[in-house]
Amino acid sequence: MSDPADFTIAEAAVALRSEDLTAVELLGAVRRRAAMTEANIHAYLTIDVDGAEASARAADDAFASGADRGPLQGIPIALKDNMVTRGLETTASSQILAGWHPPYDATVVTRLRDAGAVIVGKTNLDEFAMGSSTENSAYGTSRNPWDPERVPGGSSGGSAAAVAVGSALAALGSDTGGSVRQPASLCGVVGMKPTYGLVSRYGLIAFASSLDQIGPITRSVGDALAVLQGISGHDPEDATSYRGELPDFGSQIDRGVEGLKIGVVSELSGEGTEPAVAAEFRTMLQRLEGAGAEIKELSLPSTAYALSAYYLIAPAECSANLARFDGVRFGLRLDGETVEEMMGATRAAGFGPEVIRRILLGTYALSAGYYDAFYGQAQKVRTLVIDDFKQAYEQADVLVTPTSPTTAFKVGERTDDPLAMYLSDLCTIPSNLSGDPAISVPTGVDDAGLPIGFQVLAPALAEPLMFRVAQAVEDLAGFDTRPTLASSEGAAA
Amino acid sequence: MTWEVVIGIETHVELRTDSKMFCGCPVGFGAEPNTAICPVCLGLPGALPVPNEKAIEWTMRLGLALDCDITEHSLFHRKNYFYADMPKNYQISQFDLPLCVGGHLDVTTSTGHRRIGITRVHLEEDTGKSTHLGEGGRIGSSGGALVDFNRAGIPLMEAVSEPDIRTPEEARAYAQELRAVILALGVSDARLEEGSMRFDANISLRPEGAAELGIKVEVKNMNSLRSLQRALTYEIERQTKILDGGGAIAQETRHWDEEAGRTEAGRSKEEASDYRYFSEPDLVPLVVTEQIIAGLRSLLPELPAQTRARLEAAGVDAIAARVLVGGGLVSVFDQAFGAGASAPEAAKWLTGEVTAYVNREGSDPAALLLDGGALAELIAMVEAGDLSSTAAKQVLEGVLGGEGGPRQVAEARDLIQIRDEGALEAAVEAVLKTAELGTVERIRAGDQKPIGFLIGQVMSSTGGKADPTIVRDLIIKKSTEE
Repeated sequence: MSDPADFTIAEAAVALRSEDLTAVELLGAVRRRAAMTEANIHAYLTIDVDGAEASARAADDAFASGADRGPLQGIPIALKDNMVTRGLETTASSQILAGWHPPYDATVVTRLRDAGAVIVGKTNLDEFAMGSSTENSAYGTSRNPWDPERVPGGSSGGSAAAVAVGSALAALGSDTGGSVRQPASLCGVVGMKPTYGLVSRYGLIAFASSLDQIGPITRSVGDALAVLQGISGHDPEDATSYRGELPDFGSQIDRGVEGLKIGVVSELSGEGTEPAVAAEFRTMLQRLEGAGAEIKELSLPSTAYALSAYYLIAPAECSANLARFDGVRFGLRLDGETVEEMMGATRAAGFGPEVIRRILLGTYALSAGYYDAFYGQAQKVRTLVIDDFKQAYEQADVLVTPTSPTTAFKVGERTDDPLAMYLSDLCTIPSNLSGDPAISVPTGVDDAGLPIGFQVLAPALAEPLMFRVAQAVEDLAGFDTRPTLASSEGAAA
Repeated sequence: MTWEVVIGIETHVELRTDSKMFCGCPVGFGAEPNTAICPVCLGLPGALPVPNEKAIEWTMRLGLALDCDITEHSLFHRKNYFYADMPKNYQISQFDLPLCVGGHLDVTTSTGHRRIGITRVHLEEDTGKSTHLGEGGRIGSSGGALVDFNRAGIPLMEAVSEPDIRTPEEARAYAQELRAVILALGVSDARLEEGSMRFDANISLRPEGAAELGIKVEVKNMNSLRSLQRALTYEIERQTKILDGGGAIAQETRHWDEEAGRTEAGRSKEEASDYRYFSEPDLVPLVVTEQIIAGLRSLLPELPAQTRARLEAAGVDAIAARVLVGGGLVSVFDQAFGAGASAPEAAKWLTGEVTAYVNREGSDPAALLLDGGALAELIAMVEAGDLSSTAAKQVLEGVLGGEGGPRQVAEARDLIQIRDEGALEAAVEAVLKTAELGTVERIRAGDQKPIGFLIGQVMSSTGGKADPTIVRDLIIKKSTEE
């Protein structure tokens, strides 16, 4: 592949330093790809033409003067539009924030800028990250580069589609119940959710604070590692940010899986999994075994309740987190006779149906008389999930599951059935409840040519081990197929 | 029927930390509206709270001063309700695991001493301030509202008493003593008029001897100790009338109207929000170790009750001790006492003339231009006879007005008493010469009456500076000589 838009970060980093490629040229390639594909894919809500150009120039100046801030310098990266960017419109795909230009940068944005990255623009998502398809965006659905009739997954669907199609080399997503890993899986790219607290949430528009974590979406496991290194670390602006010393995330990456115990979670790889996904999953298990890993079937009984617990905890937290959108200080405001009417009218008009559904669900779950039965009970399940994982990690070094029970579904297929949509996150939700890291690596395609992801879960702060297994999976899969749209011919077709 | 009054008081105190509770914005007053704000205290999307450790420490200080237990693992919760001046539409507060629980405060009233239980002391954030435009005063009926968020996020400490208070006087004594403790700790300026200290009272009546509590009414908007006492007195009368007439008390919030001298119904509890408390996921549990508690305890200052006991032991009477502590005059007293002034004398000046000056001028006791050394000097001058008590008051006024030290003022104002017998002899002789015939004889015969009159004449001829004791002796001496 000669188009720089298809480079991994690692490839681009070499090219940028060998003087074959400038950051401005690399940005140009990504922009051309966006120009060719956006009409079909709609990965972006906002493209920061001037800002990106200035950053690319600055990166080239830095290279010219011998200043090198590491592997992200000059790399075009996209941001999910729920991360605030100073002066650049940020909407979280909601009408209620239409036209809002934040006065500050999220910590991850500052870190990316400090690392010399070029921020291309803001990508589409399900409104306030609530959804699994981007169909809940107030600004239109993003499309899957492998089949534009299908969804890219969600909620970080725009980020995953941009990376898959080549309108960014990497992107940041946020993962509350699988919102990085599931779209990565459906778009055939790598998506990683770090241990809770490793990446600052300051400036991430909160969906469910105790579950939200920002993570990278990239074209390779190595690239995910590079981005994570760029954005992680303690942030005094986030009280839940991890204060200890960070592990060396890449320290084990080339060691292979020989001698490792890999646990297969039976509850998350059986019933409800599409045959093609199950077959692809088993094939990878055999390869891992062939590479010297010991495969063990394990049970995590509490995961049967994880989805229910998640759909109480996340809405409960969101019901409070989204209370600030009231028309008083920023964003949309509709008039009313009283303050209450103004707030009510603003919220009714500004929020989409899924957001309203979850606010109502969460408000109910926290109400006097229902708290113990719903929210309180869900917190107990969360504790059980954490305990189950602890026990599982006494028997296995890492756990594996398919990332999503199905490949990309068609636009509109599940919009009338929220429960079916919620099931998309069955395999990804438990690690949000436990706060542990997990990564989705593409391993193959189904009969329709749609990508299938393989998920590796590890204990908290065991990212080095997680990357080690993920790298082995990537090597064993040898998956280098690109979506047909990710080329000038594909786009023209 | 005889009704027993049951009162509990919730006290909110704004802490005077350098920065707000969850962000770095300054805690200050008089700034232009919406200038001390940032994404965090404005509740902008994506912003996160970071707790102010000093505010947490200060809350624990009050807890320790009230003999509370400090909770080892306490939590912040979200209290959810919509209000235009609350940026996030939830308040970060504490719920079932507050920082401090189970203390007490001893108060003294005209009927004696009582121990009032403290249920809890916890920490939360203040809201912004709304100004309603146009008529009506309430949002719904006014022409709009302006919101200033400078106050939003200021650390707010809440102390909740047990329903142990039985009279409005006791309620006032409790509030006063709590304020004195807070001032002694130096964690707030606790100004009632400016709202940096605010009281809400829960009050109910029950038949004398009943175990069950009556239906309670929450009374708000009492901006002074006096209005706290007045509002509760009014509310007792109101509730007694209803109950005596066979009526039922409505559970509601009532607002004290200072001018009208009555409480008026506000939002009823039935309509009140369900706050849907849940633990704040943006913050981690507060873990307080024994060492931290021991450290804070060792740094506690002398508390008002201890100060009063110490003053009384030094010879100050109980009432004066209370005025000194309540008036913030203990440090001046201590300096004066240390500089050799007698305790009752120093207390007399401070609770008398100085307190009158403070009340008259509305000045801050901490900013007085009178230090203890100067007070001791003034007292010494009176004792030495250099100043008459009337002159001493004028000197004090000069000192408080910034004219200099006592001697300097006394000299500048020419108030030093004439005690030189030679100089006074001439004045006495002059007066005796012009005295009415037979005056000297009357004195000689033991009649005291004319002496006072003659002293007055000498005083006026010396411009009030003569030492009256010496003048008296001279008059008697001269009369008997002749």
